Amino acid sequence: MTDAAAPAPRRIRMTVIGPILALVLLVVAGALMNPNFLGWDNVTNVLARSAFIGIIAVGMTFVITAGGLDLSVGSMAAFIAGLMILVMNSLVPTMGVGIPVILVGMAVALLAGLAAGLLNGILITRLGIEAFIVTLGSMGIYRSLVTWLADGGTLSLDFNLRSLYQPVYYGGIAGITWPIIVFAVVVVLGEIVMRSTAFGRHCAAIGSNEQVAKYSSVRVDRVRLTTYAALGLLVGIATIMYVPRLGSASSATGMLWELEAIAAVIIGGTVLKGGFGRVWGTVIGVLILTLIGNLLNLTDFVSPYLNGAIQGAIIVLAVVLQRDGKARA
Amino acid sequence: MKHFVSGLAIAAALAAPALAQDGETKVIGVSIPAATHGWAGGMNYFAQAAVDRLEETYPQLDFVLATASDPAKQVNDIEDMVATRNIDALVVLPFESEPLTGPVQNVKASGAWITVVDRGLSQDGIEDLYVAGDNPGFGRVAGEYMAQAMPDGGKIVVLRGIPTTIDNERVEGFQAAIEGKNIEVLGMEHGDWNRDKAFTVMQDFLSKYPQIDAVWASDDDMAVGVLGAIEAAGRDDIKFVLGGAGMKEMVKRTMDGDAMIPANVTYPPAMIATAIELTAVGMVSPAPVSGDFIIGSVLVTPDNAETYYYPDSPF
Repeated sequence: MTDAAAPAPRRIRMTVIGPILALVLLVVAGALMNPNFLGWDNVTNVLARSAFIGIIAVGMTFVITAGGLDLSVGSMAAFIAGLMILVMNSLVPTMGVGIPVILVGMAVALLAGLAAGLLNGILITRLGIEAFIVTLGSMGIYRSLVTWLADGGTLSLDFNLRSLYQPVYYGGIAGITWPIIVFAVVVVLGEIVMRSTAFGRHCAAIGSNEQVAKYSSVRVDRVRLTTYAALGLLVGIATIMYVPRLGSASSATGMLWELEAIAAVIIGGTVLKGGFGRVWGTVIGVLILTLIGNLLNLTDFVSPYLNGAIQGAIIVLAVVLQRDGKARA
Repeated sequence: MKHFVSGLAIAAALAAPALAQDGETKVIGVSIPAATHGWAGGMNYFAQAAVDRLEETYPQLDFVLATASDPAKQVNDIEDMVATRNIDALVVLPFESEPLTGPVQNVKASGAWITVVDRGLSQDGIEDLYVAGDNPGFGRVAGEYMAQAMPDGGKIVVLRGIPTTIDNERVEGFQAAIEGKNIEVLGMEHGDWNRDKAFTVMQDFLSKYPQIDAVWASDDDMAVGVLGAIEAAGRDDIKFVLGGAGMKEMVKRTMDGDAMIPANVTYPPAMIATAIELTAVGMVSPAPVSGDFIIGSVLVTPDNAETYYYPDSPF
């Protein structure tokens, strides 16, 4: 930033610094309250844990920036996880326990995610139904489907297959586990697409004014459809990372992930009404959400009954911090 | 000839009610929550199995089985059973006590037999038969096992369920049982009977406490998450994890002598079958079945695990 442009950046500053400030405050508070907080193990735990919601939230950033919403991602993840486990288990007798089975499982997850995202997108763009309603509907459908697939119980991955697949969650390069690496790659790609491609700018244009975007020859429906399809694909990727962790899926899998992803996007400074999106902000949002839970577990500061209240207060505070700058401007 | 035929018809028509009286069909309504988590899935399975078995055994009994995904749906189900099937008995596992009390009371007023399972109604005296698990006992058995498994004392962490009366009763029972036994509870957090939540909570317990001797996961779904976290952290200070409720995969591991899962405490979802069977006996025989039937929580060890292993159940 140059000195000449000083007044303008000062106005933006708070919205940029707000989420970072909240994150730094949390980290400092954590380090003061528990010496293990900044330990390597805890840091990698928190990052790996953030990866599921984080990967999904990057996709959600694009959907929300383009003025949409997707409530179905949590149950979609549960359904894909269930489907993946069923397919892999059924292939064990014919293909044996080996890497090919896992690759097929991964392909199933990606295809199912893409298909589910496309379905949401087509219903929203081609039939012109409200995104809220379409995805509320598909949220219920996928949640029921996974319960049905699991016969009300839990789907568990074949034990030997699980041992083979486990390194995808627990293993990694130089102590950095795969979920963290994949999360980082998704974030970097997302940031590039949002900032430096026509697609990213089109999302923002549609979100801020659909009519104007249409007259400016932006192919509104196609861009929208792509955001939902990409989100579906990312849900598939997140599921690929999720399944090896505990090797199971049930109707409780992915519960409320959609709200956590949406909250992370908003905390990060993306506008809920659309028109402006920030991928790196979303990452900060996800980290803030995960850190709150982590901190509450690491300290005996408050009664566990109040965890939800603390979480809620910090979410609102993080948003207030960044809105503060705008209010003064 | 024509008159003769119609005469026969009238005679038959007159005889019909008398015949029906002898083998009068009685209808038993069964209303339970839908299979939204592992334990409920098992409960649904055992309810269906009991209904199938009893319909075969007693031709004079008819069953209506309805599963509800929320309390309002369950109230509708019960109203429909009374209105359209005129049920003689109702076996109900209430979703929540408060909203179901009024509707069940109305069924009682219609003269039907009422069997309440697991969760009591908020008003006494409505049910004829009450079948339930023993929550304080569930905690007590777990606590006694902990004390006995670690005679020299030890440090444990506890994962609790969803904050409810059930969870409170279990934890109180547990704490009473370990009192004065030199067992130090380092920390307690809610894992909400959920694998993922339990995984996260356990990871944080592991970061926070360098030495943990044992874990009371208090539920087998949570035990799965706890075991995942311990395995990932590569910690070998934890000697065992005590779950609960008797999930088949966990009972199997106990049966096979897995040192990490040396025991289990039952809270059988099959209690719904007990309730349906007792109600059916009350309908078809003069045997008295009214009162309270509390199913004790039993300690499962490698010696008796086979008795509690149901490979066909989803739970």
